[in-house]
Amino acid sequence: MSTATDQAPFTLEASPDPAVTAVPFTRLLRVELRKLVDTRAGFWLLIAIGLCTVAVIGVFLVVADPEHLTFIDFVGATATPQSILLPVLGILAVTAEWSQRTGLVTFTLEPSRIRVAIAKLVAVVLVGLLAVVVALGVAGLSNGAGMAFLDGSGSWNLEAANVRDFFAVQLIGILQGFAFGMLLMNTASAIVLYYVIPIAWSVLFSMVAALENAAPWLDLNTAIAPAFEQQTFRAADWAHIAVAGTIWVLLPLALGLIRLLRREVRSA
Amino acid sequence: MITVEELSKRYGGHQSVDRVTFQAQPGSVTGFLGPNGAGKSTTMRMMTGLTRPTAGRSTILGVPYAELPNPGRHVGVLLDASAQHNGRTGREVLRLGATLMGLRRQRVDEMLEIVGLSGDEGDRRVGNYSLGMRQRLGIAHALLGDPQVLILDEPANGLDPAGIHWMRGLLKTFADRGGTVLLSSHLLHEIEVVADHLVVIGRGVIVADGSKAELLNAVGTLVRGLEPAALARCLDAAGYTYQATSDGAYVVPATREEIALAAAQYGVVVTELRAADGAGLEDMFLQLTADDAREKVTQ
Repeated sequence: MSTATDQAPFTLEASPDPAVTAVPFTRLLRVELRKLVDTRAGFWLLIAIGLCTVAVIGVFLVVADPEHLTFIDFVGATATPQSILLPVLGILAVTAEWSQRTGLVTFTLEPSRIRVAIAKLVAVVLVGLLAVVVALGVAGLSNGAGMAFLDGSGSWNLEAANVRDFFAVQLIGILQGFAFGMLLMNTASAIVLYYVIPIAWSVLFSMVAALENAAPWLDLNTAIAPAFEQQTFRAADWAHIAVAGTIWVLLPLALGLIRLLRREVRSA
Repeated sequence: MITVEELSKRYGGHQSVDRVTFQAQPGSVTGFLGPNGAGKSTTMRMMTGLTRPTAGRSTILGVPYAELPNPGRHVGVLLDASAQHNGRTGREVLRLGATLMGLRRQRVDEMLEIVGLSGDEGDRRVGNYSLGMRQRLGIAHALLGDPQVLILDEPANGLDPAGIHWMRGLLKTFADRGGTVLLSSHLLHEIEVVADHLVVIGRGVIVADGSKAELLNAVGTLVRGLEPAALARCLDAAGYTYQATSDGAYVVPATREEIALAAAQYGVVVTELRAADGAGLEDMFLQLTADDAREKVTQ
């Protein structure tokens, strides 16, 4: 231990040092990206996403009929585990600041909460997109393997629209997770409600016959289902997504942002 | 330089902080003293932009906290040493701060060295740290950006006697270099060793503000009456401001003659009248603490 006795005296200024400029957004983003992977929870979540993607593809290789061993079907197989786990990334990015109380440091180093929120959102979206790119790569390798060893069809037929919608589905999930995290500001309740509310909602729509026609408009799971069933969205699907997405993603996002901007950051 | 003007915070019907006004000057250590729950932490959170004040304002280096560019380079803040992600290592916590503030990477190792978290301690997860180690990490984080101002909430909590001694030295050195230090504590003795200036808060209101010499050797007269309430009315009527001590006497900033005349004029019986012996601050502080303790029992 030493005290910092060798340091020069401060130049006594009545105002902030003009040589020190605001924190650029790229630095804020770099820190938020790092925070996604530098904790055990974040690190293992990413590992889990990778392992689940590989595991699902492995199972698919074994159980699928050879004519289904195509690039597009492999890509489709990765969509389900990713759509389940990627939103947790969005949730953790926000809730850790409250559940782990790191917000005290985060928001004193960058008092603009909107900048922090945007940096976090960009960070989770970037990591989410990277996960999808990795999934595409794994799907490609598996398609090659299926063709070589399992007499698979090996078709590489994949339209730009398929890729776009594959990304879109994951993006919607990440945004929804992020919104729920911001709104609830607590890891446990955000994760539970993120999974429970849409399931309960879907059950309601599947049980009440009169609501069946309204389901794709009001239930986001129904709205994005075509991406899993036919690997792409048609014009009508986009309309459903716009409406259900407003209810389940944009609205929570807006309310969560308001809460983030207003909430008092405290330690207890 | 820290300036706090009429800062207030109301939670529902409870006035947590009530028109708090004080300054912390460069080149000195200002002790922010008050019992638990007196409003110290709320005031400090308002000063650092974490809590929105109901009224009033505060500035650091002449500007509101939120308008400081890269605030970590100007103000070192430690509000709660336990508020760190348990899954990060101490080194990682500092590295995140250093990256955000735009500091060179060696700064992290230097700071770990300065606060005595050398070697593998820095590479252990914060969840495995003792409270004392967390305080050291928090102080390292506060000093990371080489700020001119420090705002520390109860930084001595959990430090061992050697650690407390070390921290005092560090803060004195910081102030001697011309830095501004505001540190809070609920223990008078902990703070009176290091502080040059004391601001005392009780139930959200500033009850004393002055140099340590002024407050600890409070000039004034201690007066005790047969009926404390009657004496208090007499002092009120005579226009004196006074502090009640924990055992029912009053410390009044007036001479013995002045008080004796007032007592005679209002016909109040005085049983003790002498120069206050510097115990005024301690008595006042004990009283504040006792009031709050009683309040908790009756609520």
